[in-house]
Amino acid sequence: MHELSIANSILEAVRKERERLNGSRITKVGVRIGELAGVDPDALNFGFEVLVKDTEFEPLALAIEFVARRHECSRCGRVFTVVEYKVNCPACGSTDTHCIGGDELDLAYLEVEES
Amino acid sequence: MSRLPLEQKVLSENDRIAQRLRERFLERGLFCLNFVSSPGAGKTSLLEGTLERFSRNERVALLTGDIQTDNDAQRLARFGFPVKQITTGGTCHLDARMIERAIEDWPLESLDTLLIENVGNLVCPSSYDLGEAAKVVVLSVAEGEDKPLKYPAIFFKSDLMILNKTDLLPYVSFELAKARANALQVHPGMEIVELSCTTGAGFDDWMKWLERRRESAKAVAQS
Repeated sequence: MHELSIANSILEAVRKERERLNGSRITKVGVRIGELAGVDPDALNFGFEVLVKDTEFEPLALAIEFVARRHECSRCGRVFTVVEYKVNCPACGSTDTHCIGGDELDLAYLEVEES
Repeated sequence: MSRLPLEQKVLSENDRIAQRLRERFLERGLFCLNFVSSPGAGKTSLLEGTLERFSRNERVALLTGDIQTDNDAQRLARFGFPVKQITTGGTCHLDARMIERAIEDWPLESLDTLLIENVGNLVCPSSYDLGEAAKVVVLSVAEGEDKPLKYPAIFFKSDLMILNKTDLLPYVSFELAKARANALQVHPGMEIVELSCTTGAGFDDWMKWLERRRESAKAVAQS
């Protein structure tokens, strides 16, 4: 259960951005979480709600985009989504594919109300 | 209402400190490993066996993380190498800042290997870079061969999987081949070593892996 620390890191970033944007109200923060990031979206949502409640951040929504693991075929170059750990290339069948994404833990965007 | 793109890592502060550590380690040719497993898989026993096999003049140091107690540091200290316990007081993983603080008063130039035993947990440590050269995940045959599929993050991010407690194989329904296949499905090309801390079987393979990686870290530092 490290989602509370992660929620806290998200709020730290929001705090920094708020200072930078002085005066504008941040209403939503968007994050991108890969399936290999080891972060549970429900637990993160819960931790985020707990940390935001009754603070100066309220109301602040968290939008989570959960992204799948993607591989690229080293032989034919096809990029594909890995479903249930099947890493063979769906185009040419090669087993020589490599991971190009799916472990994201990124801050993607902020939604801001102009003051 | 406007949307501002904000492309940065959630854990950018941790990553920044980890990168600073990694650069310090690389400069000095210091090889650092981060050991992760569920509680009781045998990280401390693996480290005990490893220290036992090192000659006394090896320049090795250890950090060991736990939520409470310094039991592990006491177990590891008897080999004569510098050991420091990091007690997280509830936190389920080590982060880069804890490592930076712990090594503050250590003369890094007198070391060439730093072994970090993370808090027993297959989930949370996978998100925190500690500046290590590689993560090593330890899975014991008492746990179940589907763990790589259930906890893919740590198996995906580890360079080596150690299958520990192989001496228990006659008594548990654990299929080694299936465990290997599951790990390779999550992380194609991952290296795997089978060993038993109790009998010592397989330790040679593990020590060879460690030596090989240590040598290549040194070679990078010298180039």
